[in-house]
Amino acid sequence: MAADAHKLEIFRGLVKFKSNTQKIWGVLILLSIITAIEVVLGIYKPEILNAHVLGMKALNWIFIILTVVKAYYITWDFMHMRDEVASLRRMVVWTGVFLISYLIFIILQEGGYVHNVFDNGFVKMDF
Amino acid sequence: MDTTVVKTSAENKRWGGGTEPLKTSYGKMMMWFFITSDALTFAGFLAAYGFSRFKFADSWPIADNVFTHVPFIHGNYPMIFVAFMTFILIISSVTMVLAVDAGHHKNKAKVTIYMFLTILGGLVFLSSQAYEWTTFIKGTYGAVSTKGGNILHIMDGQGNQVALKDFAIAQSSDREQHESRKGLWFTSETALPSYTFDEVLAGFKANPDLVVRTTYTGEDGHKTTLSRSESLKELETKGKKVVEGANLKQNEYGSPLFANYFFFITGFHGFHVSIGIMLNIIIFFNVLLGTYERRGSYEMVEKVGLYWHFVDLVWVFVFTFFYLV
Repeated sequence: MAADAHKLEIFRGLVKFKSNTQKIWGVLILLSIITAIEVVLGIYKPEILNAHVLGMKALNWIFIILTVVKAYYITWDFMHMRDEVASLRRMVVWTGVFLISYLIFIILQEGGYVHNVFDNGFVKMDF
Repeated sequence: MDTTVVKTSAENKRWGGGTEPLKTSYGKMMMWFFITSDALTFAGFLAAYGFSRFKFADSWPIADNVFTHVPFIHGNYPMIFVAFMTFILIISSVTMVLAVDAGHHKNKAKVTIYMFLTILGGLVFLSSQAYEWTTFIKGTYGAVSTKGGNILHIMDGQGNQVALKDFAIAQSSDREQHESRKGLWFTSETALPSYTFDEVLAGFKANPDLVVRTTYTGEDGHKTTLSRSESLKELETKGKKVVEGANLKQNEYGSPLFANYFFFITGFHGFHVSIGIMLNIIIFFNVLLGTYERRGSYEMVEKVGLYWHFVDLVWVFVFTFFYLV
């Protein structure tokens, strides 16, 4: 692959890098900032973010969203998914995202149910 | 008649073979498919972790109370060391992608340097993980396990956890470790904890400012601390044995399941990192020997790079679900 075959835009064209190397450093800075935000929030845990949103602490939603953002940039720019054809990208990403979302949904649903059985039911510690 | 015959020779570009419908080589495509399946494996483990965590939602250990160590420094610093580990892995991902980029430009010297730095980053990460495991296995303060298997932490009046060795009062005891050569030959036990439960109880009674922190999380997101009288009652009626450190059977930080998942998932990830380092070393020597120079393509660096980035990707998730959430 020629060096100029890389797509050099991130943020949907908001930031455009001059070369692939420059893009790599740019993405590193972005990932470092996100990690730093996560660590600072993880250490201080602001009281205001402990409110529950959609059944989970707001802070935890922030962590998970930031993680997905990080995963996106690692896959798209470090693993050059941005430069692959759409069919390969969809084969890999859609398959994974669909199966993993489904798995997480059913497993966590079940975990929450078992917790309720312990909490409200007569069973205290069975399995 | 001629017009209806479909050509089957290699001249037909689409079906004659030799084309790449996904515009990528066979090896790279297969690395992507391997990564997809491996991602599903890790997703299975992390989802199982999530299941147990949801199931024991109010008694799950809080990571900030567990991973608080930084090498060479004493004190309580949650998150710092694991943030360092995350950063190391991201940096080694960057040097890897720089090596791939240098490979595209057929710049052997640069590929060599960046591959070397990547291997170095991987080794630093693995050593950090070894440190993390060691401190986790050794434990910090020690705790008391109840008859029901819950963990009680001993706290001073200011809300700091106290190590058992700081207040336990030595007492004579006839109990010694059961080794197979001394007793029943077909069974044995692991080393006994440094203190017996009675010694801890005596020390607890002698220090009136000590209280007990239970394994249950209160409304405020912290573990519930009992009053002095409740603490005494809890220890006397429910306390059973002393737990030091963590292994697959017991865990001084809380639920043994937490330790099991920690060992299993970070262990599996560490195994992936070790394999990645091994592959990187092989590629590194191939680069040195000029194998890819002769082949005219550094694509092998790219394939191993994909795997290495995937390992980084998994760690991003492990970091979130074990240390942050």
